[in-house]
Amino acid sequence: MAESTVERTQDDEGEDRRDFLYLAAGAMAVVGTGAFVWPLVDSMNPAADVLALASIEVDLSAIEEGQAITVTWRGKPVFIRHRTAAEIEEARAVPVDELSDPESDDERVQQPEWLVMIGICTHLGCIPKGQKAGEIKGEYGGWFCPCHGSHYDTSGRIRKGPAPLNLPVPPYEFLEDTTIRIG
Amino acid sequence: MSNGFMENSVVRWIEHRLPIFSFIDHSVGSGYPAPRNLSYWWNFGSLAGVALVIMIITGIMLAMQYTPHVDYAFDSVERIMRDVNHGWLLRYLHANGASFFFIVVYIHIFRGLYYGSYKAPRELLWILGVVILLLMMATAFMGYVLPWGQMSFWAATVITNLFSAIPLIGESIVTWLWGGFSVDNPTLNRFYALHYLLPFVIFAVVFVHIWALHVHGSNNPLGIDTKGPQDKIPFHPYYTVKDLFGLGVFLIVLSAFVFFAPNYLGHPDNYIPANPLSTPPHIVPEWYFLPFYAILRAVDFDFLWIVPAKLGGVILMFGSIMVLFILPWLDRSPVRSAKFRPIYRQFFYIFAIDCVILGIMGAKSADGNTFGMTNVFISQVATFYYFAHFLVIIPLVSTLERPKPLPSSISEPVLKGGGSMAGATAKPMEKA
Repeated sequence: MAESTVERTQDDEGEDRRDFLYLAAGAMAVVGTGAFVWPLVDSMNPAADVLALASIEVDLSAIEEGQAITVTWRGKPVFIRHRTAAEIEEARAVPVDELSDPESDDERVQQPEWLVMIGICTHLGCIPKGQKAGEIKGEYGGWFCPCHGSHYDTSGRIRKGPAPLNLPVPPYEFLEDTTIRIG
Repeated sequence: MSNGFMENSVVRWIEHRLPIFSFIDHSVGSGYPAPRNLSYWWNFGSLAGVALVIMIITGIMLAMQYTPHVDYAFDSVERIMRDVNHGWLLRYLHANGASFFFIVVYIHIFRGLYYGSYKAPRELLWILGVVILLLMMATAFMGYVLPWGQMSFWAATVITNLFSAIPLIGESIVTWLWGGFSVDNPTLNRFYALHYLLPFVIFAVVFVHIWALHVHGSNNPLGIDTKGPQDKIPFHPYYTVKDLFGLGVFLIVLSAFVFFAPNYLGHPDNYIPANPLSTPPHIVPEWYFLPFYAILRAVDFDFLWIVPAKLGGVILMFGSIMVLFILPWLDRSPVRSAKFRPIYRQFFYIFAIDCVILGIMGAKSADGNTFGMTNVFISQVATFYYFAHFLVIIPLVSTLERPKPLPSSISEPVLKGGGSMAGATAKPMEKA
C-alpha cells in the first residue's frame, strides 16, 4: 500500500499516532532499563549479613576513671571514655553558641561520666589520637586528628580544624549500670 | 608496507576478507604520513600506550596469584613477593609501572599544553585524553588499595569519604561505595573487580583517542598545518624507529627503579597490614596525586557560608581536572605552538612550576611551615594560581598577545633556496 493513500490522523501541531507510539515505547524502555539497573546498583549497598552485625554489648566495669577503650561496631571504632569530673566540668563550661557544630554536653551523653561516640574524624575519616594514655589529645584535652589537624574537646565536639561536625554519638542504651548495647 | 608483503597470496586472501594489513599500514606503517618535524616530545603518546600494555600484562599475571579478601590480601601479596616464581618482578614492574605511566602521561599532557595540541581541530582528541587521565586516576587509586596495607586502607577511607561532602545524599553514596559502614571486605572486592575492568575501558578510550588523532594527524612543534606531501614523512620507518629508541630509554629508566630502587616511590607504611583502628600519623597519596591532594587541603575555610570547607576542597580538586575539558575554548589564540607565543610561553613555565609547588605541598604535613609560611597558605596561593592560569591568564593572553610570525610551511626552511630535497645549503631546521 502506497504511503500517500494512508489516511494519517493528525492534529494541528503535526502530532500523530506514531509520535504517541514512539513516546510510549520510549517511556517503557526507560522504565524497563531502570527496573533492570536498580538491582545492579542496589546490590552494592550493604548486604543482609553486613546489616546483621549491627549491635554489640560492651562491659564498662573494667574502665577506670580517666581511661578510655576502643571497641569495633560495624567495622568502625567506637570511643568510650570514662571521664573525670574535671573533664565533665570543662565540657559543660563551654558556651554552646561558640561551637561550630552547637551541641551541649548533656545532649551528647546519657550518663555524664561515660562518653560514647564513633571515633572517626568527620573530615575525611581518619581515627583521631587521644584514646591511649601517652597520645596527644589536642588543644582542648579531647582528641586530635593527625591527618589534617582537627581538635576535639572532652565532649568530642569539633573546636578547631577542617572537620565540619562533632564526633557522632551512636545509638546505645545502658542495659545495667556498667553494660551498654551499641546499635 | 613493502609491496612484496602485500603480494603474498595468503596475505592477499586475508586482506580481501579482512583488510587488517592495510589498516595496520594506515595506522602505524608507511601508509600513515606524519609531520616531518616531530621532536622527542612526541614519543610520549606511544610510550603511554606501551606502559598501558605493560600494566595490563603484569596485572593479569598478578591477578592469578592475588586473593581479594581482607584476611588474605596482604598475605597473598607477600606470597607473590616471596614464593611465586618471579612474583617480585611482576609486582615491582606493576607498582613502578604505574608511576611511570603517570610520568609519561603528565609529560604527554604538558607537551599538548605547550604546543597547543588541544586546539581545533583536535578538541575531541584532547577531551578523550582527559577522560583517559580520569580513568587512570580511578584505576591507580583502586589498585593501590588491593595490597591492603595501612596506606591502602587509609587512602581508601579518605578518598571515599570525599563523597560524603556532597550535600544530602553524600552519606548514602559513601555507604553504597563501601557496601557497608566502613571500608571492609565488600569494598576490597569491588575495588578488585573494577581495577580489573577499568584498564580495558582505558584501552577502548585509547583506541578512540588514536582514531581521532588519525583524522587530522599529529600536531607538530611549529603548530602549523601540514600543507602537502613535502611536509610529511611515512610513520614507518621514521617514527617507528624513533619511538623504539625512546622506548629503550624508557625501559632503562624503569628498570633502574624496578631493580635498584623498587620501593623508592612507595610508602613503608604500606608494608604494615591494614588496621581500621589506627591511622598512620602521616598519610599521603602516591606522588602522582600530590598536587590534587594539596588543592583538596588548601580549602580550610567555608566559602560564603554556603559551601563548607570540606565540599569546597572536593569541588576544587575535581575542578582542577574538569577545567582541562574546557581548555580548548578558554584559549582563543589561533596560534598553537608556544614557540610563537612569547607571553603564553612564560606563563606556561610559571604554571609548570606552580604544579610542582602543589606537588611538594601535597607531600608535606598540613600544619607545617615552609620558608616561614604555613603550608596551607602556600597551597592556597598555588591553588588560586592554578585556576587563574586557566580561567584568567589563558583567555586574556590569547586575546591580547601578539604572536610572532608563523613560517609558511614545515618544509620551507629546509627546502627553499637549494631546490633539491633536504638541500645541504639550506638553513638547518630549528630543533624543537
